[in-house]
Amino acid sequence: MDEKLSFFKDGIRLDGRRPGELRPVKIEAGVLKRADGSCYIEMGGNKVIAAVYGPREVHPRHLQKVSRAIVRYRYNMASFSVEERKRPGPDRRSHEVSKVSREALEPVILTHYFPRSVIDIFVEILQADAGTRTAGINAASVALADAGVPMKCLVSSCAAGKVDGQIILDPMKDEDNFGEGDMPLAMTPDGEVTLLQADGRFTVEETREALETARKGCEQIYEIQKKALIDRYSRLEEPEEEGSNV
Amino acid sequence: MSNNVMSEIKKDYLYHLVMTDERADGRSFDQYREISLETGVIKKADGSARVRLGNTQVLVGVKIQPGEPYSDSPDRGVIITNAELVPLASPNFEPGPPNEYGIELARLVDRGVRESKSIDLDALCIVPGQKVWILFIDIHILDDCGNIMDASSLGAIAALMTAKVPAEQYGLGEDWPLPVRDIPVATTVVEFGGVLMSDPDTDEETAADTKLTVITTTDGFVCGMQKRGPGPLSMDNIYRIVDISCEKAKEIREKFLDV
Repeated sequence: MDEKLSFFKDGIRLDGRRPGELRPVKIEAGVLKRADGSCYIEMGGNKVIAAVYGPREVHPRHLQKVSRAIVRYRYNMASFSVEERKRPGPDRRSHEVSKVSREALEPVILTHYFPRSVIDIFVEILQADAGTRTAGINAASVALADAGVPMKCLVSSCAAGKVDGQIILDPMKDEDNFGEGDMPLAMTPDGEVTLLQADGRFTVEETREALETARKGCEQIYEIQKKALIDRYSRLEEPEEEGSNV
Repeated sequence: MSNNVMSEIKKDYLYHLVMTDERADGRSFDQYREISLETGVIKKADGSARVRLGNTQVLVGVKIQPGEPYSDSPDRGVIITNAELVPLASPNFEPGPPNEYGIELARLVDRGVRESKSIDLDALCIVPGQKVWILFIDIHILDDCGNIMDASSLGAIAALMTAKVPAEQYGLGEDWPLPVRDIPVATTVVEFGGVLMSDPDTDEETAADTKLTVITTTDGFVCGMQKRGPGPLSMDNIYRIVDISCEKAKEIREKFLDV
C-alpha cells in the first residue's frame, strides 16, 4: 500500500476501462434444474450463481409470518473463490452481506401474496473479484423473476469507488483493495435505493458523485438483466420436442 | 429491530403526528434525545464509556492485549469489534451467539473506527511479525430504546479516547495512552411519513422500517454508510440525510468529545 500505485494511465484504468465503464457482464437465467428459479452471472472476474426456492413452507415454523412470506438470503463464498482458501461456512462478513442483500430485494417482492411461507434465495460465490455482493443481488433478482415470484420490478446493483481522488464505476480487485473507498448501491429501475453501503473517505460532493456514478451502472445492468430474461423465455416459445409429437 | 410488534393504531398515531410536524416525545425532526457520556466506568477495562441516549443505554469496554498479528499485516495492530445484544436489554434479544443485527452493529462501529484511520495501527506493533497489540472493542447494549447504533459508535470512540495501553502489566514498559487521530461519529436518520427524523426511538424505528446510518470524520469526510432495514430510500433523501448527518455529527463531536 505504501508503494505509489497509479490507477490510471492516460485517463484509462489498469484493466483498460474508462472511469465510468463497467466490466463485461454476462447473465444467464434458468441454469439449474432443481431450483424454482436460477441465474448465473459473470461481472468481470466474479462468477456467481443464484437459486430461488419457494414460496414454500417455513421451517422452523415459528418463523412464519401470518400476513406475508418471509425472505431468506444466504450469501456463501466457495472456499476456492478467493486467493487464500476461505474457511467454509458463514463468517461475520457473509452474515452482514446476507442481511443487506436480503433487504435490497425485500422491497420489490410482493410477500403479502404468500402468508406463512418462505422465499429462499441462495447465492454461491464461485469466483470472487471485488463486487461479489452486487453480482449476487443482480443474479438473485433475475433468479426471483425466473422462479415466477411476483415482484414490483427487478433490482440492479453496482458499486462505485474512489481511486487517486477520482470516482470510478465498478471497482476491480486492486482498485477496491488499494483505493480510497467503495460504495455498493442497489436500486429499482425507477430510482428507489434498496441497498447502500460505503466505506473509505468521501467528501459530501464525492458521495453524491459516487451515488450518481453507481446509479448509471445500475441502469446499464438493468438492461442486461432484462435481456437475460427475455432470452430465456423467448427460447421457450418454440414447442419442445416431447410436446410436439403429441 | 425489525421483529418489534406494533399495533396499526399506534403506527397511525405516529403518522398523524408527523402530519402536524410533531414527534411523540415532542422533539423536532432533527433533534437528538438527551445524550450523556461517562468514561472510565469500568476499572478492569483499559478504556470504557457508558452512553445514555434518551433511555437507551450502552456500555462499551476496550481491552488491549498483546497477541499475534494477521499474516497479511505482520507489523500492524489488530482491532476486533464485537457487540452483545444481551437479553436484558430488550424483549427481542435472545441469548446465544450474535445474530445478524448484532454483527451488523459491530461491523458498522468497526468500519467507523477503521475507515477513519482513527487508530494508528502501525503504532500498535510490538515485535514485527510476532507480537502486536490487539484492541478489543466490546459493545454491551443495556437498554434498547432505539438507535443503539449511534450510541454504540459514540461509546466506542469515547472509550478508545480514554484508553490506556496496559504495557506495564505485560512487562513491555510503561502504560501509554492510546493515540486517537480522528473521531468518527455515526448518525442515523429514518424516513417516515415523508419526513426525515434523526435519532429514532424504538417506536419510530419500528414504524419507519428503513434507516440510513452515515459515519463522518472530524474533517467532514463520509467514511461509512449503511442503509438498514427492508424498505427503499430515494436518491434525494439520501443526499439530504448525508447533509443532516454531517451537521449532527459535528454537533455531537463538539459537545461530547471536546475537540
